[in-house]
Amino acid sequence: MTTTIERGRPGTRPVKAAPANRRPGRIRRIGLPYLLLLPALVLELLVHLVPMVIGIVMSFKVLTQFYIRDWGSAPWAGLDNYSLSVDFNAPVGEALLHSFFVTVAFTLLSVALCWLIGTAAAIFMQDTFRGRGLLRALFLVPYALPVYAAVITWVFMFQHDNGLVNHVLHDQLGLTDKPSFWLIGDNSFYALLTVSVWKGWPFAFLIVMAGLQNIPRELYEAAALDGAGIWQQIRRITLPSLSPVNQVLVLVLFLWTFNDFNTPYVLFGRAAPEAADLISVHIYQASFVTWNFGAGSAMSVLLLLFLLAVTGVYLAVTSRGRRPADA
Amino acid sequence: MRTIRAAAAGAVVMSLALAATACGGGSSTDGEGSNDAPKTLTYWASNQGASIEIDKKVLQPELDKFEKETGIEVKLEVVPWSDLLNRILTATTSGQGPDVLNIGNTWSASLQATGALLPWNEANFAKIGGRDRFVESALGSTGAEGQDPAAVPLYSMAYALYYNKEIFADAGIAKPPATWAELVADGKKIQAKGKQVIGAEGANLSENIHHVFTFAKQHGADFFTKDGKPDFTSDGVVAAVKQYVDLMAKDKAIPVGNAEYAQNQSVSDFAKGKTAMLLWQSASANLKSQGMSDDAYGIAPVPVQSGTPGAGEQVNSMVAGINLAVFKNTDNVDGATKFVKFMTSDAEQKILNTAYSSIPPVAAAQSDAAFNTPATVVLKDTLAKSAAALPQVADESQFETAVGTAVKELFAEAAAGRPVTTESVKARLEKAQQQMPAA
Repeated sequence: MTTTIERGRPGTRPVKAAPANRRPGRIRRIGLPYLLLLPALVLELLVHLVPMVIGIVMSFKVLTQFYIRDWGSAPWAGLDNYSLSVDFNAPVGEALLHSFFVTVAFTLLSVALCWLIGTAAAIFMQDTFRGRGLLRALFLVPYALPVYAAVITWVFMFQHDNGLVNHVLHDQLGLTDKPSFWLIGDNSFYALLTVSVWKGWPFAFLIVMAGLQNIPRELYEAAALDGAGIWQQIRRITLPSLSPVNQVLVLVLFLWTFNDFNTPYVLFGRAAPEAADLISVHIYQASFVTWNFGAGSAMSVLLLLFLLAVTGVYLAVTSRGRRPADA
Repeated sequence: MRTIRAAAAGAVVMSLALAATACGGGSSTDGEGSNDAPKTLTYWASNQGASIEIDKKVLQPELDKFEKETGIEVKLEVVPWSDLLNRILTATTSGQGPDVLNIGNTWSASLQATGALLPWNEANFAKIGGRDRFVESALGSTGAEGQDPAAVPLYSMAYALYYNKEIFADAGIAKPPATWAELVADGKKIQAKGKQVIGAEGANLSENIHHVFTFAKQHGADFFTKDGKPDFTSDGVVAAVKQYVDLMAKDKAIPVGNAEYAQNQSVSDFAKGKTAMLLWQSASANLKSQGMSDDAYGIAPVPVQSGTPGAGEQVNSMVAGINLAVFKNTDNVDGATKFVKFMTSDAEQKILNTAYSSIPPVAAAQSDAAFNTPATVVLKDTLAKSAAALPQVADESQFETAVGTAVKELFAEAAAGRPVTTESVKARLEKAQQQMPAA
């Protein structure tokens, strides 16, 4: 860095020195931004890319407890970890596939509900009324709470014997014949979905609310003059104007929900019930609990490839739709 | 432009190379221990008391004593059970760990296989007063057979049947059940008085394993063959797992709500007088901290199928306990050994095991009067006569997960009111066995 400063000094006399210094000066001008980017680039590599590459390398190794102390000595596994993961007729692959389907169903439902609730709330909150600020703040609380604290509260509420949920559904409303289990068995899927939507929709609300600020009032006024009702205004003005925001929002929600580890882990611990066996916890279990980090890494790489493919297709499809509109 | 691109590429390659060498340096160099830092030690203690704060209060005065004696400062960290194994694995992988640490004794063989722990050969044992200071049953859970132990025993524990005296008196039960049939029969009387019979942690994988292990012994079966291969589907094992789950499914002795317990709620239920019985290891200190006085409950041996507890099919507990291990790559190997010697000395053993209501695995300390109360005599007898060590195989941790999860799922089915049959138990165990690594 010192050299840049020293070299920069002659540059303060531009007119006279200009002809002689033209080429180095240009390089300096073009080079400086890159030089300034360099620390960020190096850190990005260190923090992001290197662990990813190491993870990919791990997926080709037999990395069990016998080798974790010295990774170098772990034998190469070739594609064994991958063939183990995708052999859907064998128990490991079958369990992974099951977990994958559970995760897909969970993610689709959760993203759809988060988006729907968030958008509806944002539209309702668009007009000013007394207490709007307070409600907005209240809506954001689940998003602002630390995940662990929030989810552990849900664990208490979902308890079979003393939980609030059973108290309301069973004891007070009498909707069920007997108290239900929410943290084990088939209902665990709905428990997980509830917590995920509760935690995720404020983000959708926040983003859509920001998007709504950019829609000119005049559009609504003009539409109202033309006799458009509230539904037509939402359908013809609000949603089309929000579409660039929604495209990003849905993608981000999808990636976060699909990868969510904290919620299922705090809800169910290290062995999730089959009905709520999300892939992130499944992979954690495959690597940390069974001490087979090679197989866990292979599953992670497969997950990464899947998410890359989904993201790529999604971006291609949504940007194709946009281009004619932009033109 | 070309030069810039070249420079950028160069930077990328260089940082990658830097990162690669940095990683290589971390994992390969730190092989054996040294004495580079003779004045400090880092100690990871497991959570033995009712809370981490209580552990700190128990341990810190002892560590201060050690510092006074040797001039070595011990930095204490009490690690909760939910994190301990992950922390040890991370430390093993990175080579950045404590010098001395507590491990659950059932992990001994698994951790031994990583090669990260200092083996306790004759020479090392000599430094702490010799192998024969320790009780043989405790040494049985320190690593795979035929290898030098990976750790030394620190606290010993055993399962016992804790029963609420008042509930028993109300139900007209004169003495605690000695067999499972008696327990089920007593349960009917207890239920007639509107109380819950016996607590369990249905969603806690380790608890599940400890119980089905004992039941398997009582059915003359083992989860592993003599040469260490998983064998989860033998008739004896299936019958054992079914008998345990049937305590909820058929006998209705375990309340269905316990199927989701994993945070020691069953101990709280017992301390509050909601359930009449509890199978637990060394629960006294825990019950006291939850406000249950010592004379409110009695302690009896865990029931057997028939007869009295003993060896073979009369086993009624696992050898539970905590071992003390030294990380092989410590930079204070002499200090670490001194610390192990201190913690396993007769005097410290008495202090620590009294505080945690466990049994000293050191023979001389065990004979102290402090461990001759009725409560500890039951535990001591169980350890001496009728406890067996969990399989000391490298795949023990995978076994706990696979079979523990199978039992958890079976409890979930029983709680939902679905039938638990020999076939359904066998199917779950078969799946668990298929998940074990192919050896």
